[in-house]
Amino acid sequence: MSEVLILVDAVDGKVAKSTGELATYAKSIGKVNAVLFDASLVSQLGAYAIDNVIICGGIDITKFSSAPVVQTLTQLVSSKSPTAVLITSSSRGKEIAGRLAVATDSGIITDATSIDADLVATQVIFGGSTTVRSAVAHGTAIVTLRSNSIEPLGASGTPTTEEFTPTITDSAKLGIVTSSQPVVKGGRPELTEASIVVSGGRGTNGDFKAVEEFADVLGAAVGASRAATDAGWYPHTHQVGQTGKTVSPQLYVACGISGAIQHRAGMQTSKMIVVINKDPEAPIFELADYGVVGDLFNVLPQATAAITARKA
Amino acid sequence: MKIAVCVKQVPDSWAEKKMADGLLDRANVDAVLNDLDEYAIEEALRIVEANSPTKEAGEASGHTITLISMGPERATEAIRKALSMGADEAIHICDDQLAGSDALATSLVLAKVISDGAFDLVICGTESTDARMSVIPAMLAERLSWAQLTFAGTVSVDPSMKKVSIARSTEFGIENMEANFPAVISVIEKINEPRYPSFKGIMAAKKKTITTKNLGDINIAPELVGSKAAWSKVKDATLRPARSAGVKVEDAGEGGRKLVEFLVEKRAI
Ligand SMILES: Cc1cc2nc3c(=O)[nH]c(=O)nc-3n(C[C@H](O)[C@H](O)[C@H](O)COP(=O)(O)OP(=O)(O)OC[C@H]3O[C@@H](n4cnc5c(N)ncnc54)[C@H](O)[C@@H]3O)c2cc1C
Ligand SMILES: Nc1ncnc2c1ncn2[C@@H]1O[C@H](COP(=O)(O)O)[C@@H](O)[C@H]1O
Repeated sequence: MSEVLILVDAVDGKVAKSTGELATYAKSIGKVNAVLFDASLVSQLGAYAIDNVIICGGIDITKFSSAPVVQTLTQLVSSKSPTAVLITSSSRGKEIAGRLAVATDSGIITDATSIDADLVATQVIFGGSTTVRSAVAHGTAIVTLRSNSIEPLGASGTPTTEEFTPTITDSAKLGIVTSSQPVVKGGRPELTEASIVVSGGRGTNGDFKAVEEFADVLGAAVGASRAATDAGWYPHTHQVGQTGKTVSPQLYVACGISGAIQHRAGMQTSKMIVVINKDPEAPIFELADYGVVGDLFNVLPQATAAITARKA
Repeated sequence: MKIAVCVKQVPDSWAEKKMADGLLDRANVDAVLNDLDEYAIEEALRIVEANSPTKEAGEASGHTITLISMGPERATEAIRKALSMGADEAIHICDDQLAGSDALATSLVLAKVISDGAFDLVICGTESTDARMSVIPAMLAERLSWAQLTFAGTVSVDPSMKKVSIARSTEFGIENMEANFPAVISVIEKINEPRYPSFKGIMAAKKKTITTKNLGDINIAPELVGSKAAWSKVKDATLRPARSAGVKVEDAGEGGRKLVEFLVEKRAI
């Protein structure tokens, strides 16, 4: 059976759901080997369709650029000869994939929304207008997958474990992390994992209360346009768009956002899009399954109250 | 310091894009300088300005900014624009055999030009608005075995110590990083506000040197680049059905409640 490597994605000591999604795709291809750098997380991997966990020791990857992770994966690719390496499409994940493709002389596909048993990957391009299916034609298939694109399969049994100590050269330690400020996690779901996202733009005029309250009553994540993050109204980590995050939730609610092409690039593939905007001519209405022409400060609180009343 | 800035000409993001024979049809759309690369040029200019004893004298500072761009002949338009912002010179790698190159081939070519040029720093944008892969800077670091300092929200350089530090800003938070020269940096769009080329800058750019190189000049075998060497192959491309026009209602006092009714009816919540 062919081997597949997946790179475990962990934030704040928690294995991210995207790891389960990678495992689900990998399972249809072959034996799922999860590459893990933090041994304390091994028990959390039992929740997903993982056959074997490779625990990599001897290096603290949080202290360097992605080079040591790339070196480790390169060594595993040569010892395991996997048919594919699957990585989450985060900024870091894509960098690791890019370097790994160079290091292993392999083709690379980024931002895939799925990959099938024959290693054919699907991507949605040109702002959501075109679907492309492609395959890697040389070496190991190195593919990054967008999170929130498949429901993770549950465990099929307890995974086996093995230990691996990579050889990390000095050339992989050139970029050093001197300190870090991780994202402060609120109680809300992670943007790229949430099934509902409520976003606010310049139309909030800096007051995100109505947006947050609507998000909370739906159990949604909160996003923001660049106008809102540039103004300092909401953290940059919540920016949706070309230079922010790409989200593809079941429901995206855009409040006081005009719909610039750079914003659309990050939310266009959402399954359902709802818009609240004062200006009936705002381009975002072109994407809307349901659009309310109105003031978000009236519409949102009323909607929040209506949902609260339904729940009661 | 010798700084290189990688810039790319891309189709205008407002223009409609089409596929032709499994590749992006570049010939029939308007082309512009990748806007994210303007931040890279601006940052290079600021690094030079901050480390020049006299503000005016770009030449006397002993620092140079060289643009590196791989692309078809008409990419010179984008290169001139980048020169008019204040970069000193440009290297344009232009060869018909490069058409259809993937990120692996692009990074191979750029890395070769960079290593031939003995640069201290290479600055890139985080992403080209057409390929949108965001992998070239990391691939360059891998090929060159240089430090990778990507997604920089701030950059500070100490030329005497040959040191550079950045605040890396990603979805995971902020990491302060440092490295010795040489390093590959990519900058995010929050880092600065790119300047508009001045009239003087536009005039000066006309006299600046653009050195055009083909594959032979940089010693790269043609079979390593171009669409035939692309290691991922498009099997098919299909237009997705256009979003059907949705419902649009005027809020006459009931907009919020109607919205919730719609969501409930569609089982969206
Ligand atoms: C290189 C580059 C990268 C970029 N990357 C991104 C990105 O990743 N993400 C992103 O979002 N943008 C990005 N942008 C910016 C983008 O071009 C737009 O400027 C931005 O998206 C605008 O944000 P906005 O819609 O909130 O503001 P505006 O365009 O000002 O729209 C505000 C909207 O709110 C409406 N409004 C005002 N008051 C109310 C009210 N009380 N109730 C209801 N509606 C109201 C208005 O009618 C208007 O339509 C980028 C730009 C560049 C050049
Ligand atoms: N053909 C090219 N010529 C010069 N620089 C490029 C080219 N392609 C990509 N780059 C650089 O790499 C960055 C990231 O691009 P990409 O990986 O294609 O999203 C861009 O912002 C540019 O700085």
